[in-house]
Amino acid sequence: MREFGYQRVHDVSGAVALRGADPEARYLGGGTNLVDLMKTGVERPAHLIDVRELPLGRIESTPDGGLRVGATVTNSELAAHPEVRRAYPALAQAVLAGASGQLRNMATVGGNLLQRTRCGYFADTTQPCNKRAPGSGCPAIEGEHHNHAILGASAHCVATHPSDMGVALAAFDAVVHYETADGPGELPLAEFYLPVGDTPHLETALPSGALITGITLPPAPVAAVSRYRKVRERASYAFAIGSIAAALDVEDGTVREVRLAFGAVASRPWRARTAEQALTGGPATAAAFAAAADAELAAAEPLPHNGYKVTLMRNLAVAVLTELAEEAAR
Amino acid sequence: MTVTTGTTAVTGAVGTAHTRVEGRDKVTGAARYAGEIPFADLAHGWLVLSTVARGRVRAVETGPVLAMPGVLAVLHHGNAPRVESEYMGPLGPPDPILQVFQHDRVPHFNWPVALVVAETSEQAREAAEALTVQYDEEPHDVAFSADHPGLYTPGEIMGQAPDTEKGDLEERLAASAVVVDERYTTPEEHHNPMEPHAATACWDGGRLEVVDSNQGSTLVAQELAHLFSLDAKSVRVRSEHVGGGFGSKAVRPHQVAAVMAATMLHRPVRVVLTRRQMFSLVGYRSPTEQHIRLGADADGRLLALDHQAFSLTSTFREFVEFSGGVSRVMYDAEAHRTAHRLVRLDMPTPSWMRAPGEAPGSFAMESAVDELAERCGIDPIELRVRNEPAAGPVSGLPFATRRVLDCFEKGARRFGWADRDPRPGVRRDGRWLLGTGTAAGSFPVLAAPSSAAVTAEADGAFTVRITAADIGTGARTALTLIAADALEVAPDRVRVQIGDSDFGPATLAGGSMGTRSWGWAVTRAAGELREQLALGGTIPPQGITVRADTSEVIGALAAKERHSFGAQFAEVAVDVASGEVRVRRMLGVFAAGKIVNPLTARGQLVGGMIWGLSMALHEEAVRDRASGAVVGADLAGYHFSANADIPHIEADWVDDPDPDDPVGIKGIGEVGIVGAAAAIANAVWHATGVRHRNLPIRPDRVIAAGGGAA
Repeated sequence: MREFGYQRVHDVSGAVALRGADPEARYLGGGTNLVDLMKTGVERPAHLIDVRELPLGRIESTPDGGLRVGATVTNSELAAHPEVRRAYPALAQAVLAGASGQLRNMATVGGNLLQRTRCGYFADTTQPCNKRAPGSGCPAIEGEHHNHAILGASAHCVATHPSDMGVALAAFDAVVHYETADGPGELPLAEFYLPVGDTPHLETALPSGALITGITLPPAPVAAVSRYRKVRERASYAFAIGSIAAALDVEDGTVREVRLAFGAVASRPWRARTAEQALTGGPATAAAFAAAADAELAAAEPLPHNGYKVTLMRNLAVAVLTELAEEAAR
Repeated sequence: MTVTTGTTAVTGAVGTAHTRVEGRDKVTGAARYAGEIPFADLAHGWLVLSTVARGRVRAVETGPVLAMPGVLAVLHHGNAPRVESEYMGPLGPPDPILQVFQHDRVPHFNWPVALVVAETSEQAREAAEALTVQYDEEPHDVAFSADHPGLYTPGEIMGQAPDTEKGDLEERLAASAVVVDERYTTPEEHHNPMEPHAATACWDGGRLEVVDSNQGSTLVAQELAHLFSLDAKSVRVRSEHVGGGFGSKAVRPHQVAAVMAATMLHRPVRVVLTRRQMFSLVGYRSPTEQHIRLGADADGRLLALDHQAFSLTSTFREFVEFSGGVSRVMYDAEAHRTAHRLVRLDMPTPSWMRAPGEAPGSFAMESAVDELAERCGIDPIELRVRNEPAAGPVSGLPFATRRVLDCFEKGARRFGWADRDPRPGVRRDGRWLLGTGTAAGSFPVLAAPSSAAVTAEADGAFTVRITAADIGTGARTALTLIAADALEVAPDRVRVQIGDSDFGPATLAGGSMGTRSWGWAVTRAAGELREQLALGGTIPPQGITVRADTSEVIGALAAKERHSFGAQFAEVAVDVASGEVRVRRMLGVFAAGKIVNPLTARGQLVGGMIWGLSMALHEEAVRDRASGAVVGADLAGYHFSANADIPHIEADWVDDPDPDDPVGIKGIGEVGIVGAAAAIANAVWHATGVRHRNLPIRPDRVIAAGGGAA
């Protein structure tokens, strides 16, 4: 494999300065995805800047009642944090649904947001892939795509974003904070991932060289009754074929507030705003949940072998929202 | 000193649980595997595999790569040493994939086209990945189907006819009160042991030495001797610890390439395969389509059985997935037919993957038998009782032993089968539909000639030397127990050395026959040693060694139907809304000969059942038609059961010693798989009321099929 330089940094400005505009440098978090990609030749960085020792490892309450989570907080720490479990249970569940204990002990919040798709063509450097080698083509559209996107894809790429954590963050309107040489910035998660279009290799709106420093979760009382459910092809240690993060507030059988996000259906965590709008103010019934899911999934454009995801997501939405409605009624 | 074997008449080691004799070495890391054994002046080879599925190599642009740091050589068809191709090896003519770098033809994706050798593994890999190879590409075909125009009838399959037929099939089907006529499919599956294939070759005083990870050092040594035109005694292959084999670790291109490079460079060369390379170079199980027709009278007695099995092979070597073989053993009918058809595709040659033939064959046949029971309204175990054959359905030969019904009886009792409500799709636990299923299994009992040496040491210990392979099965420990009983001494007085072709010819760890074959040779050698020691006298410092060979006694075995049998039970939970299937418990009861070491035997049988669980629900290699490559060729993309998928599993057995084997051994390496996938598929039907005839039973298939009374 390619030889690379490695440097551990201890302060954020030093990290950003070291990275500069070097396109061959990468920040190294837990390494649970980047190192794999280096082994397979998908990533060939010349320099690794290890950011794990940066002072970004804390989870704190914000004055407005939300949470600030540092970028180097590990997945395990995030899922175990009492305030996360109390106020945003779907987030803790989502993190625990991913990977294995060993990987969660290494993987960081910042790295999780930036992990790459697990599309088999992306991972194989002998194959065409517009995301890895722009302009080379997308063999998944005519080939193996039974776990590819049904929403928001394009003729250039049908890959999905693999994160579980990101689905819960999308439901809870998380904001991503970053640092650049020009100073700090922030992006709502809804604007963090770019549309696929004809540039699937451009995945996020982060400025060049930016370092993710953390996320904030705004206060969301509705999140206290929330759930994450993940369906995969084996019971553990697999990426989702469909997942859902949902939060529901019901009063007298009427939906006061609902949050809904889908995973493994698009190039980004998919916030189901159409379904949310359809449900808000209406009855909290299985029929309403199904109609709302159908409204969201009306935009789906399944390929020949992933049409089951439309049924799966509808079934998941109905099942999870029904469970939450029952929980809220107790 | 004087050594006696039997003064204290210690026996009973066989049949008593014993931890692995090398267990401590393995868990502490003291046991070295082939890729980590140090060599002075070692160079590292990295294979370059083709990126086209069919064509010719036009050019290998070695210049830039030879200038890269540490690079020593690039071997390819233009400069590699020539190897012999016209010989009869221990397993027949040489596999053309062993003719490494001998021509410019590319017959499948990831065919070896070059080896880059460098001072370090990292340099070799970087250079190998930088090597430009130009191809003249040709159109390829990797699309397997049972109606492919290229279907043909293969030749003999390991000595058996591809087709068998008796009676008038169509007439008996027409006369049947109940008919099952269904097609079943299994996907391309791969056997990927945890330890990748690795070999180091070097020349030492005119002898070729190879440190390897294989299932039979005799086989590897003989093949290498043939390929490189060497005297058999000039090749030594060692393979002390092996992290899994499953049929994949015989002779493969990496050993041949390592020998070539060591010969050219006059220094030791190691070649290790990557996980991705293993998906193309070490064999796999062909996808199958199987067409089963069963006809029975109203009481469920079979009148007609038809098992047609379709699989693929490469364009350069014939390999048949012998799926119909299991039907030649398990069930008889007045009209009985089995048939195998093949199609040659631009794919790697399939190979023996654990329980070859029986694994996919039993899925189809045991699913069909369950369907017949359903349509006859008869309990599936009772249906099997009514169809128990008295002799081999095709051969007419007597069974050495056949205790499959005893397995069902014991299993049904332990599993609680008597309380089962036969109606499908009516049991619920929250979002889960529940069901139970059962299936039978069998696997041939084979033995192959082997030689062993047993030495009475001057210090009172005994040393056994045999070219056996412990591929994780516990064979080394089993042979220790067998030798101890044969010598009538405690196991701690016996040291067993294996995995060295210098110990003399012995068969490989395959076909579930390793321990039986090696144990036979050890038993004979130990017996003859005891006779010598009984004459009295002192043991000289070098000890007294007796060598035995079982060629004659195994060649003289009377023809019989020799098989291990099993009864598999499974309980599943199915959520038809999400497509998830979870196995809640499994039980397997086996009639598999004398169990030498219950501890490791349970591990092998449970491991086999987990393999069957993976086969039922998870395993599937997806071949990209455009490129001919496997998509997701790694252990994240190729799913098998994770720990969380594996429920409470029990393996048990009935007393079933083989009457012809000196220890009573049959073989347990593969029978644990057979029938397990069908038991799970039958349980999914019982849960949902929907038959799943295509493996794996993926969530998308469950969602599409639906089911359940609700």
